[in-house]
Amino acid sequence: MNSNLLYNLLRFILLLAAQVLVFNNINFLGYINPYPYVLFILLYPVNSNKYGLLIASFLLGLSLDYFTDSGGVHAASCLILAMIRPSIFRFSFGISYEYQTVKINDNLTPERFSFILLAVVIHHFIMYTLELFEFQLILIILWRTLISSIFTIILSVLLIYLFKPSKR
Amino acid sequence: MLFLLLLGIAIALTIQSHSYHKSKIITSANFFTGAVYNQVSSVNEYVDLKTKNEELALENGRLKSILFNMKDSLEPIDYSAFKGLDQIDIINSKIIKNSYSTRENFLTLNSGIKAGVLPDMGVINSLGIVGIVENTSENYATVISILNTKSQINAKIKKSNHFGTLNWNGKSTGFVQLIDVPRLASVRRGDTIVTGGQSTIFPENINIGTIDKIYTDNQTNFYTINVRLFNDMTSLGHVYVIKNKIKKEFDALEKKNKNE
Repeated sequence: MNSNLLYNLLRFILLLAAQVLVFNNINFLGYINPYPYVLFILLYPVNSNKYGLLIASFLLGLSLDYFTDSGGVHAASCLILAMIRPSIFRFSFGISYEYQTVKINDNLTPERFSFILLAVVIHHFIMYTLELFEFQLILIILWRTLISSIFTIILSVLLIYLFKPSKR
Repeated sequence: MLFLLLLGIAIALTIQSHSYHKSKIITSANFFTGAVYNQVSSVNEYVDLKTKNEELALENGRLKSILFNMKDSLEPIDYSAFKGLDQIDIINSKIIKNSYSTRENFLTLNSGIKAGVLPDMGVINSLGIVGIVENTSENYATVISILNTKSQINAKIKKSNHFGTLNWNGKSTGFVQLIDVPRLASVRRGDTIVTGGQSTIFPENINIGTIDKIYTDNQTNFYTINVRLFNDMTSLGHVYVIKNKIKKEFDALEKKNKNE
């Protein structure tokens, strides 16, 4: 349990640093950035404290908001993602989630992929909605959600493979 | 319960950040994020050292040519002898965080209250205007970029002195829009747009860009002009913060006028 906490703390710091220092500066086509920091919320242990996840996600989003001068955009979207994470789990993994045997950071299966896809798209959609904050811009919101989600998903899968705990 | 509380906080912060002209709570002008960005920019600086040097050399050349071609051969007047004539101070600073991917972009400077940077000061560089200071801390400041849909700057057409308001439609980083230019103004593609003298934030006649396209609105009698910026807002380095010494007096006077 203790090493679990340490792992998550490390992940929190590393993903935040990577987001601020690297991924926020990609600016593909001038405005498209991937947001793989959501991996923290996705990889958070399944059977752990619900409130711990909510608070950690909120703090993660808020820290990023501090760096990007974006008010509470990331905090809100991370918090909502953390809240609905159990529902996405249930949708993607079905019965095996009930037995708490799900592991995300392992080889890519359709279930895992659908989980990452859903989570990232929902997070990005909320984020861009709050960031642009105008209903007339719905097309821009959808377009940016689409492009950015593709980037984030590719990077997330790569990162999972890169840091996958080795089989013993 | 916890969820609703945290969500409430996050949404409140978001709404607050979207409302115009309020000091924000969440700002990158604090000791931690400022220090991180400072470190990063000191590394990044080396990448475009060459282009920045060329820019500075160009500016030096331009200033020298003004100096050598002074029309008056008389002794230059010692302006400091007249009180109130030297209105403007320049504070050297550097952009340590640039942003241009969202619709509301903010930059971070590596000088703050200690260096004399205060909210509502103009920020320019050798090519043109950059933005207006929004929040300050001891050592850092955030700037509303001209690439921010909330930014509104008084500007004019250099040739004809017709005023308009400069804002951004959130689309391209190379162009901003000049709106509310009266129809009777003669505008032509390629004309220079400079800052107007109607506010104390920027001095008059600081370069902004050139006219790229002219749109006419059939309902109103105003032009909307697409302005191609002189500045490349995606690559910013050293900047100058403009400190206007008579700003306080000017603003107080304006306020008095409005109250009456």
